[in-house]
Amino acid sequence: MLMQRWTPRDLQALIDGLRAEGVRVLGPRVGDAAILYDEIETLPIGCGDEQAPGHYRLTARHDQSRFGYNLGPSTWKQFLFPPEEAIFRVQDGEFISCREQPDKMAFFGVRACELAAISIQDRVFIGDFADPGYASRRENLLLIAVNCSQASGNCFCASTGDGPAVGVGADLILTELRPEDPYYLVEAQTEAGQLMMSAIGGPAAATGEIDARDEVLAATRLQMQREFATEGIAEALYSALDHPHWDVVAERCLACGNCTQVCPTCFCSSTREHVNPVGLGVTHMRRWESCFAADHSYLSGGVVRPSVKSRYRQWLTHKLAGWELQFGVSGCTGCGRCISWCPVGIDLTEEVAEIRRPL
Amino acid sequence: MKDPLLPHLVEMQSWQQESELVFTFQVAPPEEYGSFRAGQFNMLYLPGMGESAISISGDPADRNHLTHTVRAVGNVTRALHGLRPPARIGLRGPFGRGWPLAAAEGRELLLMAGGIGLAPLRPVLFQALAAPERYQRVTLLLGARSPEEILYSEQLLRWKSDAGLQFLATVDVASAAWRGDVGVITDLVQRAAINPQQTVAMVCGPEIMLRFCARRLRELGVASDAIHVSLERHMQCGTGFCGHCQLGPYFLCKDGPVFAYPAVEPYLMTQEF
Repeated sequence: MLMQRWTPRDLQALIDGLRAEGVRVLGPRVGDAAILYDEIETLPIGCGDEQAPGHYRLTARHDQSRFGYNLGPSTWKQFLFPPEEAIFRVQDGEFISCREQPDKMAFFGVRACELAAISIQDRVFIGDFADPGYASRRENLLLIAVNCSQASGNCFCASTGDGPAVGVGADLILTELRPEDPYYLVEAQTEAGQLMMSAIGGPAAATGEIDARDEVLAATRLQMQREFATEGIAEALYSALDHPHWDVVAERCLACGNCTQVCPTCFCSSTREHVNPVGLGVTHMRRWESCFAADHSYLSGGVVRPSVKSRYRQWLTHKLAGWELQFGVSGCTGCGRCISWCPVGIDLTEEVAEIRRPL
Repeated sequence: MKDPLLPHLVEMQSWQQESELVFTFQVAPPEEYGSFRAGQFNMLYLPGMGESAISISGDPADRNHLTHTVRAVGNVTRALHGLRPPARIGLRGPFGRGWPLAAAEGRELLLMAGGIGLAPLRPVLFQALAAPERYQRVTLLLGARSPEEILYSEQLLRWKSDAGLQFLATVDVASAAWRGDVGVITDLVQRAAINPQQTVAMVCGPEIMLRFCARRLRELGVASDAIHVSLERHMQCGTGFCGHCQLGPYFLCKDGPVFAYPAVEPYLMTQEF
């Protein structure tokens, strides 16, 4: 498939065109001093960010880039697996499904690690059992991905093998070149992507520009300072369940659950009954939950994991070991959000290295 | 698309007290229910209260009733305790992997139950005692807090006298009329006639009991992978979506609740895992 060359105006035309067709276009916007994912009409210009363990700051790049930042606290999972969702309601003694036909959505600016995270959640919610809400939202989704032209201080997707080059599953892949006066290389992976390309109709990219894309990706890969040894990690962690370092992490971990809320693959949820005092209807709700919550492991009369140590161990071993056995892939795509948004800056790559160190 | 999280409305057919906090009730299966395998569970729902995972304690061959034996300890189970026919409740299921009855054919079946752990094992008894020629011997070893808390006692005694069940029980605290053993269930093993090399064991009870039973059975010479246990964790969905019931790499709700003991042993032996 031919690669096209787009201008920033073409990107805007795509957003406008999708919106005109009634598609909810979700993408990056600046809000709460961060890049958030929300319904958008335009892309932010000249935004960058600065990230380190427990640290995130938006910066001004003084250029015209549309994708010159990395990941904020938002994840796409909030749209596919909403933080709170009605499952069914009880009316006049009958159980009535609350599942609805979803809006058509387009995710604009999906990074490689995020595309990988979506495919991981697909395995959770469309596996042995299928969650009809997730499945129908997923079916009505366009994925417009972007190759990362820079890495944040907390990125490590090159170690997990999920980036920085966008993998399989996107409809369109953009690469931003020349940030001071940007243009975009555009590739389609699907028929829907090809349709978008012919609708916008940019000129064909020159061969040299394909090399430019690969150079950008190589530079991004080199920028990643964080390394993470993934080989044999499941066996290594499961054979280190009594490692003394779990106690060391627990001294710092606040069990706040921030890491699970910003993680693009964490999927734990709890149900609760929403009782409507008018008409006495009841709605059975599902909302995000965290394995760091004290009552997550509640079991008749007590909890299985009362200590912070046991909860951190549960999160880390599930993410990096259990997941492989459950879904055939690691639950970590190297996005680094859990490192940026940990209030005390716990860095899972460092903790794993300690736990893998022979005693 | 079928929604595995949407309950069916079912009607309670019977309700019976077993002991102070334990009761058994039956509901009419939903039309599309099909059949269940011994060891599987249903999610029971009460509007405004929520859902609870309850194992099925009746006969798998009975397509007209779904039987549940429940201990009233949580919000949902306490509310169930107060219901009587023809109350209507929500039900989804069956969920989980059951006991490996096929693997036990031609061999000895040894069931070990602690307290309400007998409930998910009773379907095995229904099934095995209906076709006793398939097993060399069927044994039930039962531990309870007191004689009054022994579940299904009349039925068990009938199975013992009429159906060839080898049945021994022990209690923590005896009453004056109690003629059986007093003590832990692991001590019952040596009083029963069993052939360890031929035995397939199915064990259900508190986690500490599972660990000690497995140890005792191994000492006797029962093969590790012939020991099966049914585990308990908080289950909210039954489908692997909610994440609550995990133990290491397993979702108890869909990979279990029945496991070959060696698969879960390292996790059960780790504190707070």
